[in-house]
Amino acid sequence: MPTVQFTSNLKRFYPDLKETSVKAGTIAQLVDEVNKFFPGIKNYIVDDQNTLRDHVNIFINENMILDRIGLGDNIAAQDRIFIMQALSGG
Amino acid sequence: MSKKSTLLIGTRKGLVIYDKAATDKWVFRKVEFLGLPVSISYVDALTGTWWACLDHGHWGNKLHRSFDKGATWEEVAAPKYPEGEEIKEGVPASLRYLWAMASMSNGQSSKLLIGTEPGGLFTSDNNGSTFELNRGLWDHPSRKNHWFGGGRDHPGIHSILIDPHNPDRIYVGISCAGVFETTDGGKTWNPKNKGLTADFLPDPHAEVGQDPHLLVACDSNFEVMWQQNHCGIFRSSDGGENWKNISDETGEANFGFAIAADSNNENVAWVVPAISDEIRVAIDNSLCVCRTEDGGKTWDTFRKGLPQGHSFDITYRHALDQDEETLAFGTTTGNLYLSDDHGESWNCLNNNLPMVYSVDFI
Repeated sequence: MPTVQFTSNLKRFYPDLKETSVKAGTIAQLVDEVNKFFPGIKNYIVDDQNTLRDHVNIFINENMILDRIGLGDNIAAQDRIFIMQALSGG
Repeated sequence: MSKKSTLLIGTRKGLVIYDKAATDKWVFRKVEFLGLPVSISYVDALTGTWWACLDHGHWGNKLHRSFDKGATWEEVAAPKYPEGEEIKEGVPASLRYLWAMASMSNGQSSKLLIGTEPGGLFTSDNNGSTFELNRGLWDHPSRKNHWFGGGRDHPGIHSILIDPHNPDRIYVGISCAGVFETTDGGKTWNPKNKGLTADFLPDPHAEVGQDPHLLVACDSNFEVMWQQNHCGIFRSSDGGENWKNISDETGEANFGFAIAADSNNENVAWVVPAISDEIRVAIDNSLCVCRTEDGGKTWDTFRKGLPQGHSFDITYRHALDQDEETLAFGTTTGNLYLSDDHGESWNCLNNNLPMVYSVDFI
């Protein structure tokens, strides 16, 4: 199963957040599965239309996902997924 | 003196709470949501619930509530736009900002309302556990083609007023669209913008497209409404049927964002003026508060205790509040001022806050 790691900044809202393996064939499925482990976290990653939030990035191994709207990028069992936040603020 | 003993201050870096001590001095209690922008806070007098609307830069808009007066908070799911809805043709609707809250009761049940950018009004029958988009307003025929963004990218509901004698009668203030009223609990809505002028439109008297910055009503006479508008200050004495420009054309009281209506006297209101429109700082770099006591016929300007000649402060729409003789306002440069004499003289409670978005006595 693909594994997913999270930016440490999400631990402020989900203190028990940790690297997790989930059964998923696409990024959209992965986000839904992750939400089962950490209820509500999906709303931090995508907006109310299930589109990736502007200042959030998702990497499949070392490559940024291509489909930020539908999250349709395919993932394989050995893939490592990284959910990151953009380096912005002030 | 204020009868209320707590101040909630929504800032760019958290919700700041002040309490009035036994000495009548206001003292800093704590900050919640440190580092996170709080667009508004709201205390529901019907349920006692405290609410905080957060605008995470990264993680979106979040809604938190507290059942123990701010001691502990829990996150609830923010309102969601139904799939497939559009702001305008080809632009999908998604939640951009939580900008107004209100509540009402018909005796049997209570309802919570939230105004949002891009223009949706949401209601909840279960104290915010779930929300539903008000279709009557969202489907108003004027919305897609005649509502638009002002300071924000898309139209936003920043004001919600509910008739204390008739919960089916609700007003919203929308930038940029204007004032809308429903008298049937939200099924149908009608614009109430007669007498307003929008000098940025081809037709300044257009029925829709006006830009109220904030809409308020007098607690003791709901038919008397005031608005600080992009194009001046307006008052209505007939529930928004007709608006009259009460700006002080030769004085300070013209442009601004915030307005407070006296709870008891329908002729009294306060504004915190600024320079319109491209500059947006205190007039002559000197902060002042203007008050009318005659329904807007005349305005007095008060400066005692406020910075003169070196101020860049402006006051956002939700950042002025009044309770009895006491008023408080916060500014974009992080100053918090308080007056115990109806706004005639001011003391600074804090010079070092983040940008202030909202101020509420509770």
